[in-house]
Amino acid sequence: MSENYQTFEYDVLVIGAGGAGLRAAIEASAAGCKTALVCKSLLGKAHTVMAEGGIAAALATVDSRDSWHQHFCDTMIGGNFANHWKMAEIHAKQAPDRVRELEKWGAVFDRTTDGKGNINVRHFGGHTYKRLAHVGDRTGLELIRTLQDKGVHSGIQVHMECTIYSLLKDGDRIAGAFGYFRETGRPVLFKAKSVVISTGGIGKLYRVNSNSWECTGDGFALAYMAGADLADMEYVQFHPTGMVWPPSVRGILITEGVRGEGGVLKNNKGERFMFKYIPPKYRGKYAETEEEADLWFKKVVVEGQVEETVKERKPPELMSRDVTARAIWNEINEGRGSEHGGVYLDIASRRTAEDIKRKLPSMYHQFKQLADVDITKQPMEVGPTCHYMMGGIKVDPETQMSTVPGLFAAGECSAGMHGSNRLGGNSLSDLVVFGKLAGEYAAAFAKKNDLPKVDEAQLAVLSQEMNRPFEHEGGESSYAVLADMQIIMEKGAGMYREEGLLDQCLKDLEGLRTRWAKISAEGNRMFNPGWHVALDLRNMLVVGEAIARAAKERKESRGGHTRTDFTTYSADFAKKRIVIRRHGDVMEVATEDLPQIPETLETELVKEGLLKPEILKQIRGEVPAH
Amino acid sequence: MSKIHMKVYRGNSEGGELKDFQVDVNDGMVVLDAIHRIQATQASDLACRWNCKAGKCGSCSAEVNGKPRLMCMTRLNEFEPDQTITVTPMKTFPIMKDLATDVSYNYEVNKKIPPFTPKDGAVWQWQQRDIDRIQEFRKCIECYLCMDTCHVLREHNKFGEFAGPRFFARIASLEMHPMDALDRTALLKEQQGIGLCNITKCCTEVCPEDIHITDNAIIPLKERVVDKYYDPLRIIWNKVFGK
Repeated sequence: MSENYQTFEYDVLVIGAGGAGLRAAIEASAAGCKTALVCKSLLGKAHTVMAEGGIAAALATVDSRDSWHQHFCDTMIGGNFANHWKMAEIHAKQAPDRVRELEKWGAVFDRTTDGKGNINVRHFGGHTYKRLAHVGDRTGLELIRTLQDKGVHSGIQVHMECTIYSLLKDGDRIAGAFGYFRETGRPVLFKAKSVVISTGGIGKLYRVNSNSWECTGDGFALAYMAGADLADMEYVQFHPTGMVWPPSVRGILITEGVRGEGGVLKNNKGERFMFKYIPPKYRGKYAETEEEADLWFKKVVVEGQVEETVKERKPPELMSRDVTARAIWNEINEGRGSEHGGVYLDIASRRTAEDIKRKLPSMYHQFKQLADVDITKQPMEVGPTCHYMMGGIKVDPETQMSTVPGLFAAGECSAGMHGSNRLGGNSLSDLVVFGKLAGEYAAAFAKKNDLPKVDEAQLAVLSQEMNRPFEHEGGESSYAVLADMQIIMEKGAGMYREEGLLDQCLKDLEGLRTRWAKISAEGNRMFNPGWHVALDLRNMLVVGEAIARAAKERKESRGGHTRTDFTTYSADFAKKRIVIRRHGDVMEVATEDLPQIPETLETELVKEGLLKPEILKQIRGEVPAH
Repeated sequence: MSKIHMKVYRGNSEGGELKDFQVDVNDGMVVLDAIHRIQATQASDLACRWNCKAGKCGSCSAEVNGKPRLMCMTRLNEFEPDQTITVTPMKTFPIMKDLATDVSYNYEVNKKIPPFTPKDGAVWQWQQRDIDRIQEFRKCIECYLCMDTCHVLREHNKFGEFAGPRFFARIASLEMHPMDALDRTALLKEQQGIGLCNITKCCTEVCPEDIHITDNAIIPLKERVVDKYYDPLRIIWNKVFGK
């Protein structure tokens, strides 16, 4: 071993300190395990902080008709039944308890105005009833701060600004992780009995995205390289409303809460175009005329009438993200876009300036400061932005363990919960529901197993690999490779995919891998972003390939995966999931059966009128969807 | 596209200096974009923290022409086209490298604050007006610009004796929570040095979240300390009744 490294020993090591990681660490620590939390940024800065609109849970504080059954059905329909039903069930059942628990840990949610003072909930796309507990438009900040303050008093050891470069194994089981401290560049070894991956998403693979520098798909790549299965990697969510102008802010998120609070989408002709795009699965649930939508808005949003007593249906702006993003894309493509290549999102003409500032303070601030737009007076320009990865590490729905013993995953980096399309608000609840389970079962695994052995020789190889960018001279900068990576993914595996483009994408990624191997980093290992990007790119190349291969395999369109050469749902794929696994140096693509809702539950939901058999048949590709 | 002249601090704990950069700029750019452009084209090892790029995470704090600012929310068009833009790290905290500083003091202080502790038999129902004031403090994104500008820390180095504005806001959010059972007044007086604050309101001025730290958090907390420890009537009362 050519250089020294620090060594730590833990029962449970959690990688990633967003909502899922923090929740997992709190649970593992409460179970009596010596627990550590490793994060690439400072604690409290993880991407969870950017979540705006709310956390979905069938609390039924505003609409008494809500139930876990309804939340479950909304999640499955939103995900086009590509979800692992068991995860969707656990999520719908447990989310309300997790939200109330946050409150007991100090979270301060907005209250209902009915005099009872319960947790208030708001409308969001694809949710039948008002269901998102929220704090203005900064719910993610509230969640992360609450968990952070709970966590620092739970005896968790936090290693900040530390990047994991590789997981370690002892035979088949997990043995820990190896990485470096960003400040010093010094390597560090974590020996652990179990490891939880909660590293979030992949947004940085795409040019227009709503994600931070951290979202480079680390967890997916680490797990893949450690031999764990990935699933559903073709399902990438493009959020319908990212900022469009000026160029420097392109992609930054505009919360769906704007539409929840009454905002409407218009094209350059002033037309509210969403009425044209209601798919069969949502027909009958959304208003079909502007008059009806406006009446609903007036009664429910402005006057605050109890929705149960309102006969009008809600506006189609509140459909799920995949549907809305495709509608916006289509308007832009057909020449009805806004001046900078988006469409208009108008709340100025719908709510008073005072209401807008109170309900959407950070949106008001964001546009005023960054785009010179006053959203109380002018419409916003919006367009799709890469936002979320539905696919990820394949886990057992109840324990969150991956196919590698002792390796767990929770949150965005795990697969199954959201199917082919995530509903807004279901991410924050996903984090706390499955974060808790991952922590609980990682602790149980740690208690049953001894500390594994770590192969010291392997560490020397990894150390050398990490140092490689400093050993090349005159090579490219990592930033140039990153910029091309984002363009390759946008062109080849973006919102719309097709066989030829995917083949080209895979070929381009291969070429990029050659360039990546020759990257040069300048300076030394101390806090060196150029070097960090070079190492993160290894992960991005793995994830990019996984997305393109999975997307090529799924010859149908479903949720976040839209093929221009296979435009409909297909019965051949409806009950299958695409699995990616490592076979030596080759990325293997396999197809597995997706577990289906048990007949008894399906019958029950149909009987309650929550599921319609003909819609199910359409989504399962058994009859055409018109 | 036009060019601007920037000076950016480059160095580490052993020393450093301002370096000159000519940066291409487009419409709408913020200071953080310019720093990123320097990283991508001129100095790939230039250290700076950032995450959300939308004023929500509080990572990219620095001093722009001497003023504590979030780089992601500071538009380049605030400055004259020929004006040099100087970016330096937060002065109050020890420098790590370039624009990244060692902010671990903040995490140490936070650990010492007793967490939210609900009252026995707490009823989890309350009105919006009961929590409006603590929601203001909970908007804090922990950018630490208030800590950076506070002269008690910046000029007088009272680390260890003085918690700092961020943490007075944090304590206020706990003390004013309708269901919290603890009393942190002794802590404020004895360990966190709230008396050292002479309410110059500099923290409020630099807060990117527009939290009225001095008026709404520090002054009410000071009043609680005064009520408990310095009220003459209470002192007499306690003497007479032997409390």
